Amino acid sequence: MATQHEMELIDSATRAQQAMEGELGGERMIINMGPQHPSTHGVLRLVVELDGEEIVNVWPDIGYLHRGDEKLAENMTYTQFIPYTDRLDYLAPLANNVAYAYAVEKLIGMDVPPRCRYIRVICAELARISSHLLGIGAMSLDIGAMTVFLWTFREREKIYDLCECICGARFTTSYTRVGGLANDMPADFLPMLRKFLEDFPTTIDEVDKLLTRNKIFIERNRDIGVLSKEDAIDFGATGPVLRGSGVEWDIRKAHPYSSYEEFDFDVPVGAVGDCFDRYIVRMEEMRQSVRILQQAADNMPDGPWNSPDAKILLPEKKATLAKMEELIHHFINVTEGINAPPGEVYFSAENPKGELGFYIISRGGGAPHRLKIRAPSFVNLQLVPVISKGHMMSDMVAILGSLDFVMGECDR
Amino acid sequence: MTPQEAAEKLKAEFGDAIGGPVEFRGEVTVTVTRAKIVDVCRFLKTECAFDMLTDLAGVDNYGDDPRFEVDYLVYSLTHRSHLRLKVHVSEDDMVVDSVTGVWRTADWHEREAYDMFGIRFRGHPNLKRILMWEGYPHYPLRKDFPLAGIPTELPETAVDAGRVETAPMLGGPFVGGTGTRSAIRREPRQYDTMAEQQEKLKNPTKKEPV
Repeated sequence: MATQHEMELIDSATRAQQAMEGELGGERMIINMGPQHPSTHGVLRLVVELDGEEIVNVWPDIGYLHRGDEKLAENMTYTQFIPYTDRLDYLAPLANNVAYAYAVEKLIGMDVPPRCRYIRVICAELARISSHLLGIGAMSLDIGAMTVFLWTFREREKIYDLCECICGARFTTSYTRVGGLANDMPADFLPMLRKFLEDFPTTIDEVDKLLTRNKIFIERNRDIGVLSKEDAIDFGATGPVLRGSGVEWDIRKAHPYSSYEEFDFDVPVGAVGDCFDRYIVRMEEMRQSVRILQQAADNMPDGPWNSPDAKILLPEKKATLAKMEELIHHFINVTEGINAPPGEVYFSAENPKGELGFYIISRGGGAPHRLKIRAPSFVNLQLVPVISKGHMMSDMVAILGSLDFVMGECDR
Repeated sequence: MTPQEAAEKLKAEFGDAIGGPVEFRGEVTVTVTRAKIVDVCRFLKTECAFDMLTDLAGVDNYGDDPRFEVDYLVYSLTHRSHLRLKVHVSEDDMVVDSVTGVWRTADWHEREAYDMFGIRFRGHPNLKRILMWEGYPHYPLRKDFPLAGIPTELPETAVDAGRVETAPMLGGPFVGGTGTRSAIRREPRQYDTMAEQQEKLKNPTKKEPV
């Protein structure tokens, strides 16, 4: 009797399928999402290990934009460092200026007048709107909703116009000084701001209508990159990333600075911690920023915009040119810098990307002994390997967009 | 629990391992001996509800002994309070236990402290350079590393980039040294590193008014 052998003649597709389901799996691929990539939001290099389309492991490689800000800070006076703070989170330069000014003022132990605080609130909230517009626009562009990118950037142009009105520069503002501001708000700023606030909510509504209930957008963002509450706190996430995971913590409410306690606004908190929640948090934060800006514009106090201490701030130019004492103060201030007391302070502000903190160690004199910048993007970027495992390669783009980091801040 | 109360609890629990507390501008700083740092951090996280590590910074106090220090800034979300821990690290034995087991966010912060200062963290899962490239031979944030940089070979890449040269320090608004008021003693670009400045101040070549 002939023996019967069973033989299976399988085609290549079935063989691949069997290989996938088998224990050994398919061959793993390591690809490089290089520093030059349209979707990595700056110079970020990701080494991704893929099993087919599924992400198995990610190793972020940062440092391509490392410019040595912290080393530079040790070699220049506090005021000379202000332009470097613009270039940290370069999508919201006014917010960095405000945070740094408060940090140095905390070190010196000085307060600024109410008008200055309100103008700084306006600066910070405009920066927040600008940054979130870009965050949502860039994320949508990467996902494929390209129209949103154009709409949000059109609004950002209006914010750039406002920046140019208040300090002369669209982008690298360097507006705040230690103890005050570079100049008072010009007379045509508030009307321009009010006009912007009238038209802006329409754009948020349009973006909302286009994205929030959009089936494709939801499918690309819901349950992608889920970050649990415990992980968010353990990894030190801050800002919309933390609030998207359900932790109700906002520095403007927890440790109010710059007279934020006088403003009436809400803090949006997500539920699940996925990309969609972070998007919703950012959208709602923009609406709340509009509320704050409206209140700031309506209740803007009169009075000095700089603190009167001439040893900290440069005296008025006409006094410098005419009187001896002011001339001496100007000279000492410019050449030697502010005489900060020895000590160490940490001040953090609720930046659009998260908690931007400046840790200043001073040994007296005009330059810091050590300036450590606690960058929210640096800390939030650690989450990429954690929340992207198990997703597909195309979800990586959604995750990167929802974390909304900027490499200028991350690498400093 | 205010930071002062947390510092009291730490002193009660760990006794001599805790120095301070020092208070400045409303912030409380506590010094911890190097050997106890992980225990202190774990105690703070479990008993005092300091669930977030906000910042971890390395500091180079050139001229002091111990030369380096690592500063931890911990935060409690429930009590809304900060507490700073300082660990002094001497140059001869630049190792500190890693706190990544307590807060996973310490991972990248410790990598940066290693990259910039050379402080090693025992028990760190992946202690590699993070901002500079792997194989970079120097520790840039040390006070004896010049601001202009040291010429180095770039790593082998697809593009032949050559070498890193020293930065041209022309016309920069750089002042040298801290802790001094007199601008005469801080001529711009006269001293490139703190080591050089201390050298020159100890042996002045010509009479300089204070």
